[in-house]
Amino acid sequence: MDIHKYEKIWLAVALVFIVGLVATVTYGALGPGIKMVSDNGGTISPANVTQSERFSAQGRGVHKVGPNHYEVNVLARQFLFMPGTTQPITVPTDSKITFYYTSADVIHGFEIVGTNVNTMVIPGQVGKMTTRFEEPGEYGIICNEYCGSGHHTMEGKLNVVPKSEFNASEV
Amino acid sequence: MATGQNELFKDKFPTEAKAVRRIFVVGVITLGIGAIMGVLQVLHRTDKLRIISSGDYYTYLTIHGVNMVIFWAILAILGTFTWAVPRSLDRSLGNPKFTCGWIRLGLIGIILAEIAMFAGFIKGDVPILGNMQADVLYTFYAPLKAHPIFYIGLALYVIASWLAGFDYFTALWDWKKDNPDERIPLQTFIAVTTMMFWQLASLGIAIEVLFFLLPWSLGIIPQVDPLLTRTLFWMTGHPIVYFWLMPAYLAWYTVLPKLSGGRLFSDPLARVVFILFLLLSSPVGFHHQYMDPGVPNGFKYVVMSNTMFLLLPSLLTAFTAVASMEHGARQRGGTGRLGWLKALPWEKPQFSAMAFAGLFFAAGGFSGMVNAALNLNYLVHNTLWVPGHFHLTVGSAVTLTMMGLIYWLFPQLTGKDLSLKGLAMVQPYLWFIGMTFMSNAMHRAGLAGVPRRTAEPTYRLFDFHAVLGNMSEIRWQLAIGGVFLFISAFAFIAVLVASVFAGSRIDAAQHDFTIPEPLSGPEDGPLILDNLKLWGAIAVVLVLLAYGVPLMSWVTDGPLQPGAIPVRP
Ligand code: HEM
Ligand SMILES: [Cu+2]
Ligand SMILES: [Cu+2]
Repeated sequence: MDIHKYEKIWLAVALVFIVGLVATVTYGALGPGIKMVSDNGGTISPANVTQSERFSAQGRGVHKVGPNHYEVNVLARQFLFMPGTTQPITVPTDSKITFYYTSADVIHGFEIVGTNVNTMVIPGQVGKMTTRFEEPGEYGIICNEYCGSGHHTMEGKLNVVPKSEFNASEV
Repeated sequence: MATGQNELFKDKFPTEAKAVRRIFVVGVITLGIGAIMGVLQVLHRTDKLRIISSGDYYTYLTIHGVNMVIFWAILAILGTFTWAVPRSLDRSLGNPKFTCGWIRLGLIGIILAEIAMFAGFIKGDVPILGNMQADVLYTFYAPLKAHPIFYIGLALYVIASWLAGFDYFTALWDWKKDNPDERIPLQTFIAVTTMMFWQLASLGIAIEVLFFLLPWSLGIIPQVDPLLTRTLFWMTGHPIVYFWLMPAYLAWYTVLPKLSGGRLFSDPLARVVFILFLLLSSPVGFHHQYMDPGVPNGFKYVVMSNTMFLLLPSLLTAFTAVASMEHGARQRGGTGRLGWLKALPWEKPQFSAMAFAGLFFAAGGFSGMVNAALNLNYLVHNTLWVPGHFHLTVGSAVTLTMMGLIYWLFPQLTGKDLSLKGLAMVQPYLWFIGMTFMSNAMHRAGLAGVPRRTAEPTYRLFDFHAVLGNMSEIRWQLAIGGVFLFISAFAFIAVLVASVFAGSRIDAAQHDFTIPEPLSGPEDGPLILDNLKLWGAIAVVLVLLAYGVPLMSWVTDGPLQPGAIPVRP
């Protein structure tokens, strides 16, 4: 096949570029940074979520599970994050924070604005995402997957407080 | 290829010309419906003009998305191929009743789905039919439930597209019988490889709708597994974006060189590009599920690499498009390193629309690389960045190319000249301005975390902070861009309507609608390129590899488990 010289050069550059992209993403995904959402949260029956240990009224919210490790269980439903919407979620800085989340009805999104915490909330699946917050501050939480006519009202709040001020007995 | 130098397509292939005209008429109407919804949305969500209610916003958005990408973009494909296949094979499709049949079927599907979507404006129940609505957006993720006629409409429409594919396949088989030793003409090659990968890719959505959503919306099965239906959706949902691009590619490979005054560089390389699409585009749908719980990271990673390799055919196409334009410009007397650009026919909307389309496609390619990068995607997933990206690709690269192509085909399909030539000339420029404003603003809003698919510009509990620019300026740019786009879309429609009713008859002898042979013809490429059975078989195997394991694991634990009952939006 007759390929023009310039076209061959272009082809080579394109291939190097693509391999480079794959390599950077590999580094970004396996190296430092946040853990990605995978399938390790398990499944759950959407009809019975509120009877489950994690997403019942007692299970929802922030729990200390290790010296510097907190689990946050969030249930999403049309058009609330529980907790998050009616009362904020409060977590300390410089700690390992693992979010567990699922939905009681339709697909929602869970995005902490301005951070890498941005994931889908799918009924039947328990999502698990681990992160750390270095900076104290107030963050907005939004549902970024269309979930019905009140979708734009589905929001919440996350307060990140300095570790020294965080009182674990509160949670 | 002895297409009579001066014989118009409509005189040579009257049945096909009629089919193409019908498809384009319906397509342009759906584009118009989409554009009206688009401008209402953009003004509402930037708080500039609020004549719709936020609760109704999603009815508008559903109508916009479905009309633009399911109807307009796919009708553009079918119209283009129904012209390109008989033209390049130089023979009729051969079965006018069949052609007419799939067009009718598709139209019935469109009407049913439109009824369901527009019924979203009716509050409360309709006699007999019950709660008629389909406020589920073009992705219709379960367990949000639409009225069954929405799913029936879409199913009929997809079946019509399969039948269209068979129409082209049989035309090629018949031609092969008569021309056993000839290479498949390039345009037919493009149409057939495209329809092959579409048939393969659309199985996902077909299974989703026929086996799960339709029986579930009719109450025959009580629940569906949202992750499974969502995966089936994206099994089609990503390849579909390449499917949308293919008529634009066909135009860039075969019509743009001619409009620039030259000819295609390399026919064999074009074939390689389309084979790559056939092979690679189906097994990548998981990249829309990077953020989904329940999908193992290993799959996400494999799919990410595969997606990146799909850049290759697009990068090759970019080369060909630019090279063919330069070649044309030099034929027209252009000189200099960049000076040749001036020699191109910028005053012709047929050309300028396609050239702008190419520019937007390059920009869209960059934002697409960010989406595809598994880790960067966390920043932009489901933000306005994403509509920013696809208004550049399907919304501009494809839409503008089709506008240019329809201007160019119009005389050949109708025997009439275009009217309102001045308006036609500025129309692509209006789109260019509008999309430059709208898409840059969408990308920047996305970086600030502004979500897509939401009716309100602000939230109660917090404010967005722009990384580049400021929020108020971003909103203005969005709104202004949207208005320009709306005007451009209706300028396009006005030109066509005026031409249909008032276009003067053209004298075929004065025009040359032939497409010149490429510099390097098909005979330079190895014969294996034309072995479509082989490529098709490999494509099937790749899909089985990509989807077999995860689908089996979800299906074996019960295809309806974990199950979700229907929820009205
Ligand atoms: C007339 C010019 C157009 C305007 C003013 C416009 C405006 C918009 C806006 C503002 C959105 C985002 C809405 C949101 O997420 O809340 C949107 C979404 C969308 N647009 Fe357009 N658009 C136009 C043309 C097009 C074209 C030509 C296409 C494709 C061929 C297209 C395809 C889409 C799709 C698929 C969505 C996503 C719908 C969804 O999220 O469900 N648009 N459009
Ligand atoms: Cu939601
Ligand atoms: Cu995709």
